[in-house]
Amino acid sequence: MGARRLQGMRFDVQVETSPRAGIADPEGSTIERSLPALGFEGIEGVRVGKSFRFTVEASDDAAARTLVEDVCARFLTNPVIEDSAVTVSASATV
Amino acid sequence: MAARVGVVLFPGSNCEHDTIEAVRGLGGDAEVLWHGDDSLGGVDAVVIPGGFAHGDYLRPGAIARFSPIMDAVRDFAAAGGPVVGICNGFQVLTEAGLLPGALQKNAGLKFLCATATLRVETTESVLTSAAQSGAELRIPINHFEGNYTCDDETLAMLRSEDRVVVRYVDNPNGSVDDIAGVCNEGRNVVGLMPHPERASHDLLGSSDGAVLLQSLLDTAAAGV
Repeated sequence: MGARRLQGMRFDVQVETSPRAGIADPEGSTIERSLPALGFEGIEGVRVGKSFRFTVEASDDAAARTLVEDVCARFLTNPVIEDSAVTVSASATV
Repeated sequence: MAARVGVVLFPGSNCEHDTIEAVRGLGGDAEVLWHGDDSLGGVDAVVIPGGFAHGDYLRPGAIARFSPIMDAVRDFAAAGGPVVGICNGFQVLTEAGLLPGALQKNAGLKFLCATATLRVETTESVLTSAAQSGAELRIPINHFEGNYTCDDETLAMLRSEDRVVVRYVDNPNGSVDDIAGVCNEGRNVVGLMPHPERASHDLLGSSDGAVLLQSLLDTAAAGV
């Protein structure tokens, strides 16, 4: 997308997607209901999602975050049913 | 002249030939359209068939909506052309933003393969124009992610605009408001989870789906 950035930094990105609050999560509910059968008590609110890890080149942290949030909104999540949480950190391996 | 129906083939689609056979059985012409092409080749109607387009990777329909042919489908729909998404095709149309809402995993987490009874809720759509309102149709379902959901505002809009096309009589998958299929504002784009092409002949156990495909053919022929 666009001109190649000069002096870009590489960032490690982790994206977690999960069903939005209020959206039924049958997989999470099923896991939650199964826990007592194994003797695990007191666990509530199980939500199942996905995790994506990748690296991205950008001029700075804010630019990396903006790009990744766009990727989330347009591709990695279906905003009708899913939320995403984005973590961006400077990559140790360049 | 018989209406020409284009059935879009993605890698992983598996109901394209069933759909073509059912359309031909009703006297229509039908052909496969490759997802990588950017033209619909002048067909009068488009069906996005069932299956697992692009392996359902990421989410059902999430990658299919980027296929080159989807721009042509979007233009065709915007011009009023009839477009029907069946099962995975319904998922593709919601991901593409051509229909509201989303399909999530079935409540109960079971893959469902059974015959469902649907009630026709409106005849004002390209898929139900030849049907009777209130008619009950026995049509197979075959899906894991057919649990229709949308926000309350969207649901209120679908109801007030009479855009729920078919409902389950006995909700099998947890879909909100028993919704089995919806249409867009123009009523020319319809998506549904059940497979009318699998109920198009008595030999298949039911021919109740024929009236839906006949509606599509009638609409398509009217536009020729």
